[in-house]
Amino acid sequence: MKALRTAGVHAALVVACVVTLYPVLWVIKMALSPTQGATLSPSPLPTAVTLQNFADVLGTHDSAGRWLFGRQLANSILVAGAVTAVGVALACSAAYALSRFRFVGRQTSLRAFFVSQMFPGVVTSIPLYVLLERLHLLNHLAGLVLVYATTAIPFCVFMLKGYFDSLPRELEEAVLLDGGTRFDAFWRVALPLARPALAVTALFCFLTAWNEFILAYTFMNDPRAWTLPVALQRYVGDYSTEWGHFAAGAILVSLPVMALFFALERHLVGGLTQGGVKG
Amino acid sequence: MIAASLALATQLVLWHSYRADEEKALEACVAAWNRAHADVQVEALAQPYDGFASKLEAAIPRGNGPDLVIFGHSAIGDWARAGLIAPFDDTLPADAFLDGTVAPLRAGGKLWGVPLAFKSLALFYRKDLVATPPATTDELVAFARKTRATEPPGHYALAYEAGASFYHAPWLHGFGGRLLDDAGRPALDSPGAVASVAFVEALAAEELLPPESTGVVATQLFNDGRAAMTINGPWFVGEIAPGVPFGVAPLPRVSATGRPAAPLVEIEAILMPAHGHDPRAADLFARWLAGPEAAKLRARIGRQTVAARAAWDDPQIARDPILSAFRAQLAATVPMPSSPAIRQIWEPLNQALRKVLRGATDAKSALADAQKRVNEALRPPPPPVPGAPYAVGFGLVAIALAAWTMSRARKGGGVAAMRAQSAAYAYLAPAAVAMVVLVFVPFAVGAGMSLYWHDAGRWTFIGLHNFADILASHDAPITDPLSFWFTLAVTALWTVTNVALHVIIGVTLALLLRDPFLKLRGVYRVLLIVPWAVPNYITALIWRGMFQRQFGAINGLLALVGLHPISWFSRFWTAFSANVATNVWLGFPFMMVVTLGALSQIPKELEEAAALDGATRLQRLRHVVLPLLKPALLPSVLLGAVWTFNMFNVVFLVSGGEPDGATDILVSQAYRWAFTRGHRYGYAAAYAVLIFAILAAQTMFAKKEETA
Repeated sequence: MKALRTAGVHAALVVACVVTLYPVLWVIKMALSPTQGATLSPSPLPTAVTLQNFADVLGTHDSAGRWLFGRQLANSILVAGAVTAVGVALACSAAYALSRFRFVGRQTSLRAFFVSQMFPGVVTSIPLYVLLERLHLLNHLAGLVLVYATTAIPFCVFMLKGYFDSLPRELEEAVLLDGGTRFDAFWRVALPLARPALAVTALFCFLTAWNEFILAYTFMNDPRAWTLPVALQRYVGDYSTEWGHFAAGAILVSLPVMALFFALERHLVGGLTQGGVKG
Repeated sequence: MIAASLALATQLVLWHSYRADEEKALEACVAAWNRAHADVQVEALAQPYDGFASKLEAAIPRGNGPDLVIFGHSAIGDWARAGLIAPFDDTLPADAFLDGTVAPLRAGGKLWGVPLAFKSLALFYRKDLVATPPATTDELVAFARKTRATEPPGHYALAYEAGASFYHAPWLHGFGGRLLDDAGRPALDSPGAVASVAFVEALAAEELLPPESTGVVATQLFNDGRAAMTINGPWFVGEIAPGVPFGVAPLPRVSATGRPAAPLVEIEAILMPAHGHDPRAADLFARWLAGPEAAKLRARIGRQTVAARAAWDDPQIARDPILSAFRAQLAATVPMPSSPAIRQIWEPLNQALRKVLRGATDAKSALADAQKRVNEALRPPPPPVPGAPYAVGFGLVAIALAAWTMSRARKGGGVAAMRAQSAAYAYLAPAAVAMVVLVFVPFAVGAGMSLYWHDAGRWTFIGLHNFADILASHDAPITDPLSFWFTLAVTALWTVTNVALHVIIGVTLALLLRDPFLKLRGVYRVLLIVPWAVPNYITALIWRGMFQRQFGAINGLLALVGLHPISWFSRFWTAFSANVATNVWLGFPFMMVVTLGALSQIPKELEEAAALDGATRLQRLRHVVLPLLKPALLPSVLLGAVWTFNMFNVVFLVSGGEPDGATDILVSQAYRWAFTRGHRYGYAAAYAVLIFAILAAQTMFAKKEETA
């Protein structure tokens, strides 16, 4: 009975994986194809295989002979990493306040975080451009980091607040009774226990920054300051698209995300009964 | 020594969006210039085409733009009026450039650019299938009928992007029609235009064109040898599969009128943005880059159809069969109009063409509808209204809001209570300040734009006119796909369907993946987040390809089980389903990851206790797990709903609003007004404010739960 059930679970997951990966096979097919055209055919299996597209994308240089791809990968990692750090840090602290304190403006703040997600980006890019210019953050990766972090914060706040709410307060109160400060309670007890929620929010912050293209392009003039999605967009032309390069680039861009998820994945399950309480 | 002279040299920055060989050619030119001119050094920066114009429009007025930019001439109209570009001294020698390549760069008696190249469509044919390319449309139709009669099904004489205005323009002009009349008004319902659309209508009805002939399909058919000819531009050469024997010829003459089928031509020019720091040096370089020496490099290395006449004296360039075919075509072209009116034409004309091609209506009524829509969009701007009453009203609202906030604060215990809770504010402040500065302030400014009319960089205060216009839906009936209320209903349906499927699939998979003893659990998890990891721009386009009628994988699967192929984008429900399928695929991993995180906070003991009490697996799920999961998931579900409501790129990339704009959602309408329908930022902002108001009103009902 148990074996049968396990087999059923595996069967369901395999089906889900096949459906999930089927469209991705086309991306791989186009990336391996020697032409730059988009291929339409029912079969997603590659007919001809070459790694030229990957070599081209990886070897992108600017006119002065500087290695652009490496620089842009470094920018992407730097920006996404900083957004993850800044976003998670600000969101943790805000979520902790919203979960553990009762204060004037608490409901309003919660609502404001939520409401901020309703603004369509179409109207904010020009005002943001002017604002960043005034703050002297135009053409600086720091400007991008701040913009992306504020995009990601509301979700992180809700995710973390929900998690903090579910944690028993007794542990933190014990710290306070033992003469610890509020910050000790936050830093040593609440945060370690919230590991699964931190993993989700970190992944969310990282991806928010990692895949964004239009703001990064608008705010950065120098190709050496671009992130990878902007560089990838170079393969989409006025009249035609270099599908082979674009697909190879898309695969290269998604690999670090998969690696990050693989690293974070075991933290998603931790939970209350394991890990945290012992430490 | 060298460093010292470089430090004194003028540095010019040139932005362009060239790719591949054209980029190499430009770099070769710049290198040649830099070697010869130590005092003026040029740096060429390659930009993505997508968003290039918006970037220029943001950067140039604030002095952050380049010294020079390479762009098509059709942008000149708007940019010259907005003061984005500076004119050149009109001293180009009369015969230095090919006929027809300089005139489009003049506007208002001034020269706004120096021509580099010309880009138009022409006829590509496979030499193994076509002995001599047809000289008239009668020959073309005869050849197409013969192909249909003698070749296996699925083979065509001609395949091209018939549903796109740009690709239809040659026929339109050949039949005597025009996009704009002499006064610059749209002329879509003229007899010539109707005749041209009737021509492709007949081709489609006779099945001489492939169904759903998009550019990708045409390329595929041409490369496979299943289409003998296609209509495309110089950029197409790079998409032709290696080994395909092809030639290029001017488009045929239209037999009914005796006129040549004349494509639109775009003159690629070097323009000088305003506020450049050394216009004299920029001017010198621009003229040199357009001149014979650089033009030869561009033609040889970049295979560019250059405008400089002297370059064509070079035998290698003159003998190039592809370049010379495009030069021959240049004699029968129409310059791309550069007035703002043209940007209102593309979308209605595309829709008219697609409607006719799928047999839903006839040429005359489709074009009459399109003409009506363009006229609607081109109505004169509303009169400016005095801002004072609005300012007073706004002030009163602000005072009321402040008073209300004060009273709320006092009810909460006033300043004393706030001081007592200073720790809470300290924890909250960093995030709150960042949000106010970078999210709320830009939105407030953006929302303010909704009270203005935008035209070429000038803003006119028009009060609530934009809102009135949108809510009245341009006087269209509510059931019209372009009416605000229809779009709102589609958006609501879109949101509910997507969120429901995201939650069901995400939660199910997370529950399946929960068992800590499940083998390969980590592998499944990583594989299942792939849709989240791969940039969605490319996967959305892959999904569009999968729904393609002829080659798409979905219809391939339907054929396997014996079902008929479906034209996914020709009916509302199928197009809507295609959008939903794509968005569900893109969005379920997020819900799965969130659920995995939430599941970990459900104490195992509760379930174990329930199991000891004899609850079955299903009972435990229903009565223990799901009730505990609900509060943890609620914020994500609500946020997911808001994001889905504003998820424009899937709609944009998959159905593109087809059929007839019916699958567009509110935010994709806002984007169209801001970017493809001629920078109606005020209008787009009004859409954005309405979207915000709808979402905010909606959450007023649900707010108790969400902030619990």
